[in-house]
Amino acid sequence: MLPDKRGRFGIYGGKYVPETLMPLLEELERAYKAAKRDSNFKKQFWYYLKQYAGRPSPLYFAERLTKHLGGAKIYLKREDLNHTGAHKINNTLGQALLAKRMGKKRIIAETGAGQHGVATATACALLGLECVVYMGEEDTKRQEMNVFRMKLLGAEVIPVKQGSRTLKDAINEAIRDWVTNVRTTYYLIGSVVGPHPYPMMVRDFQTVIGEEVKKQIKKIEGRLPDYIIACVGGGSNAIGIFYPFRKSKVKLIGVEAAGLGLDKDNHSATLCAGSLGILHGAMSYLLQTKEGQIQPTHSIAPGLDYPGVGPEHSYYKDENFAFYTSITDDEALEAFHLLSKLEGIIPALESAHAVAYALKLAPQLSSDKIIVINLSGRGDKDLGIVFEKVKKETQQ
Amino acid sequence: MKIITQVFKKTKKQNRRVLIPFITAGDPNLETTKKLILTIAQNGGDILELGVPFSDPLADGPTIQVASQRALKNGVKLADILALVKDVRSQTDMPIVLMGYYNPFFQYGLEHLAQDAAKAGVNGFIIPDLPIEEADEWLKYSRAHHLDTIFLIAPTTPSTRARKIAQKSSGFIYYVSVTGVTGARSDLPEDLIQNLKQLRQITSRPIGVGFGIASPEHVKRLVPYADGIIVGSAIVRIIEKTKDSDEACLKVGEFVRSLAQATIIEENHSTPS
Repeated sequence: MLPDKRGRFGIYGGKYVPETLMPLLEELERAYKAAKRDSNFKKQFWYYLKQYAGRPSPLYFAERLTKHLGGAKIYLKREDLNHTGAHKINNTLGQALLAKRMGKKRIIAETGAGQHGVATATACALLGLECVVYMGEEDTKRQEMNVFRMKLLGAEVIPVKQGSRTLKDAINEAIRDWVTNVRTTYYLIGSVVGPHPYPMMVRDFQTVIGEEVKKQIKKIEGRLPDYIIACVGGGSNAIGIFYPFRKSKVKLIGVEAAGLGLDKDNHSATLCAGSLGILHGAMSYLLQTKEGQIQPTHSIAPGLDYPGVGPEHSYYKDENFAFYTSITDDEALEAFHLLSKLEGIIPALESAHAVAYALKLAPQLSSDKIIVINLSGRGDKDLGIVFEKVKKETQQ
Repeated sequence: MKIITQVFKKTKKQNRRVLIPFITAGDPNLETTKKLILTIAQNGGDILELGVPFSDPLADGPTIQVASQRALKNGVKLADILALVKDVRSQTDMPIVLMGYYNPFFQYGLEHLAQDAAKAGVNGFIIPDLPIEEADEWLKYSRAHHLDTIFLIAPTTPSTRARKIAQKSSGFIYYVSVTGVTGARSDLPEDLIQNLKQLRQITSRPIGVGFGIASPEHVKRLVPYADGIIVGSAIVRIIEKTKDSDEACLKVGEFVRSLAQATIIEENHSTPS
């Protein structure tokens, strides 16, 4: 069983939080276990996944991309077609339902690019819960439309002015709010990070992705795929698609953000270039200095721009359940453009990292091999970033 | 008997409570920190809580966050802080406990840290993001090197859990006055005194109370109910506002003296512990 009773995936995970939160984490774990056994809760969750989020998401054969690369067959798991445009909604629906069950009326969340913030605000609007989203001040500027979107959905967005003013600082500030308002407030974490039981819970809510792929690919191809590729920031879309295959022969590949290059210290490739440490409540790989200070990170994909990673991924890496690699900003951008032109699908810059790795892998494989890419989100939110890039390049 | 326990016994005999001022090491620089430590010792500080800066201090409010950033900007490292403690040890016996987040300690190496800290003259550690469940290894090395392990108890901690935490603590227990982060506040929480009374029922270990305690008036109100009183952000704020180390020492010295005077137990209500 993963995690174990202490919330550990091997040596990773655990609960490294201020004492004020410890009793709450125990309460949360009990409430989650009870909900999991309750058929009504399950029914509700599945109802909303289907009728509200639009699941199951299609597994689409990318024929033109496959032909273009001239190797393995490529399928896209279309999480971009979910309501709110990414896999994030699977988790926010699950946790918001749990929060409501626990009698919590106020939800807080952190967000980087705004995708998890939007998905949380959406679930809160749906269930009539108060919603406060912490977002780094830098990110509120880069993602103005998402800030507006959250406000439309009735959420309060608080710009975080502390530290580097990005995702990690938004998490710090959300935790500070949580410590302060612990009795009334539910912290809805957006990835498989944080103290136990969050990495387990978020994973469970996201495994619907992998379970669907298993059924869909068997129906289409009569067998399991050879490779599954997903991008990894905190790692929730990747764990969601990996988990059901962790003991199979399917090769699982997690793609991190190499930013400007791993040799330049301007990246977010935690598993590829980090070391063991403790941040935001869990022991995992971490991008840090020799003295244990957390390092600034960079990725063109705001959802990957994070110095930590889910503890279960650290465990998968050590156990060789999955293989982790990285893709640079430029490679991701190239994949972003290629998929848009060849398939009419504009991917999120995060998901473009997974696509970019497939561009390298597929031509090396024979045509009887099958690759599934988790297309975790759509790229509308990134048009501003890509627009600026294109503008700069044409000016040069 | 370890020195922190001795300090609690001694002050009790002197009919007063233990004053535990907090400053962040390296804020604004290590030289000033050294002078401040000596100033605090000379003006009635009984135990010093010395903050080890971390890039992501999630239990701290804005005042100490910014102090940590100032220290980190100056490149202050844990090894420098240990060297500083070693340096001041020739001039003061005041016990010094390091307060810091787990990751920098973990990177230093727990065994190595316990050894070096003890050698430098550090007397104990407070690690706000290391609850008892995760502390076995640290406890082992701390005990081997006679360092006190000061764990925190919060208003949300149920009594069965508080008992366990008290058992694992040595030196004193750090009672967190509010559900919240560190930072000077104008009022004490309403339920604080009641909570301290309840905690007194379940442990005989010295109880230090901290978070939000910002004035001699606050200290006076807590004197009947706590064995030690921790004042952090209010001191850090003074340092933040002064222009050089002489002024910082002068102002901090004055403030600590006023806090120390407030720790005296008045005759009419002297025996909660």
